[in-house]
Amino acid sequence: MNRPVNPPQSGSATEGKLDDKAVIPIRTVMDIVTARQHGRELALQSGFSETESTLIATIISELARNIVLYAQTGEIVLGKANGSENQHGVIIISRDNGPGIPDVQRALVGGYSTSGGLGLGLCGVRRMVDEFYIDTGTDKGTTVTAKKWLQ
Amino acid sequence: MEVPILKQRNYLIASVQAVLTDQDLVTLRDRLVAQVGRYRSVGVILDVTGLDVMDSFSVRTLRDMAHMIRLRGADTVIVGIQPEVAFSMVQLGLSLEGVPTALDLEEGLAYLDARPKRTSVGPPAGSR
Repeated sequence: MNRPVNPPQSGSATEGKLDDKAVIPIRTVMDIVTARQHGRELALQSGFSETESTLIATIISELARNIVLYAQTGEIVLGKANGSENQHGVIIISRDNGPGIPDVQRALVGGYSTSGGLGLGLCGVRRMVDEFYIDTGTDKGTTVTAKKWLQ
Repeated sequence: MEVPILKQRNYLIASVQAVLTDQDLVTLRDRLVAQVGRYRSVGVILDVTGLDVMDSFSVRTLRDMAHMIRLRGADTVIVGIQPEVAFSMVQLGLSLEGVPTALDLEEGLAYLDARPKRTSVGPPAGSR
């Protein structure tokens, strides 16, 4: 699966039509728990297994924590999604107006380190989903869009 | 929510019953590190059966906790990692790096019991 980074604005990173869209404001560590619990429910409802749903909940936890750590406030948007090739699954959007990621390429390859910082979160998330888009800048905050399809 | 810590022989047992926030986990770490001294415990079992996810923050906090407890002279064993949580950890490349794990409480106790006994030198010094 192609996983473009910083696609053109007209790309499929846009939310498109979202069924059962839920917007969860992220302000405190408690909101991280709320977001991932909501995500697990949504994944189970969408037909993902218990294991895949836990993975999706973990991904949401990483994204929501990045908001609290780096931007203080933002939101997680969760919904069911359909792909252009008849895929069905979930979409996770993490949005904030924080300082942006200065070196996004580095944050994405930083990777396998277990220091637990930004590298692991974003890189791990990217590897685990089928589509991954990131839009970030010092003037516009960070928006991460991730889609995972049912196999 | 506060995680109950039980004292069993010279071990401490903490069972996570419900979902924890980052702050709850840090509080648990600090309480365990402190109580190892208060109760002169030589082993700590952390049962994470109730944890819904283990992400980079939880893994790092648990790893740090085990290292801190080690520095206080006690061993930590983490038990109860659920199959789907184990799957996610491996997929995300998260590692507990050398922190011992066991299937459940029973195996955790067996693990601690099986460690070689350390002989204490002289009378016990005053506990902090």
